Amino acid sequence: MTTLNINGKSMKVEAEPDTPLLWVLRDELQMTGTKFGCGMALCGACTVHMDGEPIRSCSTPISAVAGKRITTIEAMDKARVGKAVQAAWQRLDVVQCGYCQSGQIMSAVALLEKNRKPTDADIDNAMAGNVCRCATYVRIRAAIHEAAKSLA
Amino acid sequence: MSTIENVSRRRFLNSAAGLTLAIYLPGALAAPKSAAAGASAVQHEANAFLRIGEDDTVTVIAKHLEMGQGTYTGLATIVAEELDADWSRVRVESAPADNKRYANLSWGAQGTGGSSGISNSWEQLRKAGASARAMLVAAAAKQWNVAAADVTVENGVVLHKASGQKATFGQLAKAAAAETPPADVKLKDPSQFRLIGKHAPRKDSMAKTTGKAVFTQDIHLPGMLTAVVAHPPRFGGKVMSFDASKAKAIKGVVDVVEIPSGVAVLAKNTWTARKGREALTVEWDEGAGYKKGSADILAQYQELAKKPGLPAANAGDADKAIAAGAQVLEASYDFPFLAHAAMEPMNCVVQLSKDGCEIWNGDQMQTLDQARLADLFKLPPEKVRINTLFAGGSFGRRAGKDSDYILEAANIVKAIGGRAPVKLVWLREDDMRGGYYRPMFHHRLWASLDAQGNLTGWRHRLVGQSIVAGTPFAGFIKNGVDGTSVEGAANLPYAIPNLQVELHTPTDVDVPILWWRSVGSTHTAYSTETFIDELAHKAGKDPVAWRLSMLEHHPRHVGALKLVADKAGWDQPLKAGAAGERRGRGVAVHESFGSYVAQVAEVTVKADGSYHVDRVVCAVDCGIAVNPDVVKAQMEGGIGFALSATMYGAITLTGGQVDQSNFHDYQPIRITDMPSVEVHIVPSAAAPTGVGEPGVPPLAPAVANAIAAATGKRVRQLPISTETLKA
Repeated sequence: MTTLNINGKSMKVEAEPDTPLLWVLRDELQMTGTKFGCGMALCGACTVHMDGEPIRSCSTPISAVAGKRITTIEAMDKARVGKAVQAAWQRLDVVQCGYCQSGQIMSAVALLEKNRKPTDADIDNAMAGNVCRCATYVRIRAAIHEAAKSLA
Repeated sequence: MSTIENVSRRRFLNSAAGLTLAIYLPGALAAPKSAAAGASAVQHEANAFLRIGEDDTVTVIAKHLEMGQGTYTGLATIVAEELDADWSRVRVESAPADNKRYANLSWGAQGTGGSSGISNSWEQLRKAGASARAMLVAAAAKQWNVAAADVTVENGVVLHKASGQKATFGQLAKAAAAETPPADVKLKDPSQFRLIGKHAPRKDSMAKTTGKAVFTQDIHLPGMLTAVVAHPPRFGGKVMSFDASKAKAIKGVVDVVEIPSGVAVLAKNTWTARKGREALTVEWDEGAGYKKGSADILAQYQELAKKPGLPAANAGDADKAIAAGAQVLEASYDFPFLAHAAMEPMNCVVQLSKDGCEIWNGDQMQTLDQARLADLFKLPPEKVRINTLFAGGSFGRRAGKDSDYILEAANIVKAIGGRAPVKLVWLREDDMRGGYYRPMFHHRLWASLDAQGNLTGWRHRLVGQSIVAGTPFAGFIKNGVDGTSVEGAANLPYAIPNLQVELHTPTDVDVPILWWRSVGSTHTAYSTETFIDELAHKAGKDPVAWRLSMLEHHPRHVGALKLVADKAGWDQPLKAGAAGERRGRGVAVHESFGSYVAQVAEVTVKADGSYHVDRVVCAVDCGIAVNPDVVKAQMEGGIGFALSATMYGAITLTGGQVDQSNFHDYQPIRITDMPSVEVHIVPSAAAPTGVGEPGVPPLAPAVANAIAAATGKRVRQLPISTETLKA
């Protein structure tokens, strides 16, 4: 039994310590907003925050997150920056298939939490780990600038 | 089977007759379990495509899969326009498998593809919306005892202006549903459109930005097991024997079963199933396994290309013209296998019960998949219920001509006697190595110019597997030529007096292949548009002006090309790069699926050969742009998708085994590779055509032509290697 702190709630899960956080979220807790894309930290679809830092949950065993604050897409509408990013994504209709977008939003929120006026280069840096096969990158960039503006 | 003949090439689905039975699904509409479900008020069905709820919601039934292209939004826009609905109250739900109501009118079977979603629905959904509007008006007229002609509809409210009476859709829904649908309805004049051609926000943005959108991967059913499958290392391999003792010893592994496509490990969750597969020992029977490598296949194709192929197009006498040319140019081009690599790897949930079979899937070919499942389970098709969910990308992959992964999931359920619902999960490696690639192609081209630099002769010889041979789509093959192999080449728009297009279709390459976003045009646009560009330079002509001079019978190509040249500033010099950088600008124009797209790419090439596409200007003529912002998004996305294949995409085989496995060795572009994109829509009153695929084909040739302008090097292999571009 491992106790995890997810979106401010303490949750007990029955899973082997080597189980990636992703599968605990998805299969045990049925929090399916966080997506499986590659299993090797290559695509960013599984991005969540650990103590505010973006991490790839597909490659992070639960043994490494015990005692840490985990935040997922499901809690983004409760945070100021999260809400602003979601609103910008919606205003610009960023999504296409949508499968990677939880991860994109989590990376964007982590960026804006630290940097309220990101340049294109800052955005490239923060978002290069998130693949979108629909290539919504033009709008992701625009939406991050838009969210930054709304937070100013 | 009611195949409606129209311009779409997909109409050739003739041999699928046995798979396209019209069926009736009791209760399917009453209790939908779709990705967009959620309304709870009583709903009244106006027709097959829409229901009106007593809470004023308008539910549009989408017969097409939403795999990212904005199809749900586009279909709903068409209905809402003629219905005069309040867009904010419109929701979308996926249709059940039902060929009678929901066939794709371009093919006669239910399914999504060929960028046909909007084009085949245009008339149908306008009529559905207008018919329901007439029923609302008739119901209101009766209630108010006024003439129907004096009743109007505005934004979800029915009004009788003279008496001031009004009612919402919800208040009239029940009475309207009891009205007889009108035999004929008057559609709006385009000047009256208030949604079409304007901005109607996407219907899936909210769900997809909050993690609430339901994909197949997200389905959890009571008692469900998750399956991960060990597949043979080579295509065509079979299981000889396997030892599951170690796998079964893992806590949470429930069963291990042999299925036709491999060995399935069933577990309580995905991670355990994966661990179970790792612990499995399988002996494979590789007797029938395909053992050649990509280099062998290429050598075989090059050999074939030395000989004439079957004619795909013919005009004048190309041989004679080329022999008499003042200048003759010859080139050959190579295109690798490509994986679709949708972000959501293939997956499917199957449940068997006494009521039949039910599946959850981002289903792209509902009635074909339904027929195959019915066949496997020996059920009547109406006992196979398909819940079509959002697909996390497809790019053609889920339009499985063989229903491969769906049948794999079903075979697992069959192997366990249907005792539990099963979610088949392909891990990224399974998806990457699972075949059904864009076929490898080899092209050879010859062309002649006369002394004045006019293009007098053209011979184009293509070599590659047929996607449709041996499938229900084999009707695409005419006189031995698969139309999907030569589309974009056999219908070259340029006025060339002597032209010959030929095709070789090798049948001994046992690598499963499939349509990949824009299909034949993924390779034909590249070879034709880079070769034309090269010829323009050889003839000493401007690439845009030269193309225009040969397009007099193709006004829509001309419209797109002129618009893109204007917006890109083609007649202005390109800004120079920094020291050591070479910059170039290239153009390409191509028609696919009835839409015309021209693109200008600006590229910077560094001394080490690495390159960056800085800017792409795109002009698209897709007839009436139902949702201009969705059209723009599809051009942006098509450009990015094509750029992955241009810069990095290649699936290669060594000894029959696929070399790539995940995103480190099959790289998609990332945000750092993405150019700025400007999309311009050619104004048009023509009926709408698709935009999901047509943004893809011009990108690679436009980039290659830009690279040639920057470096003088003509790249004839995709992906474009940085090695060849070193200063």
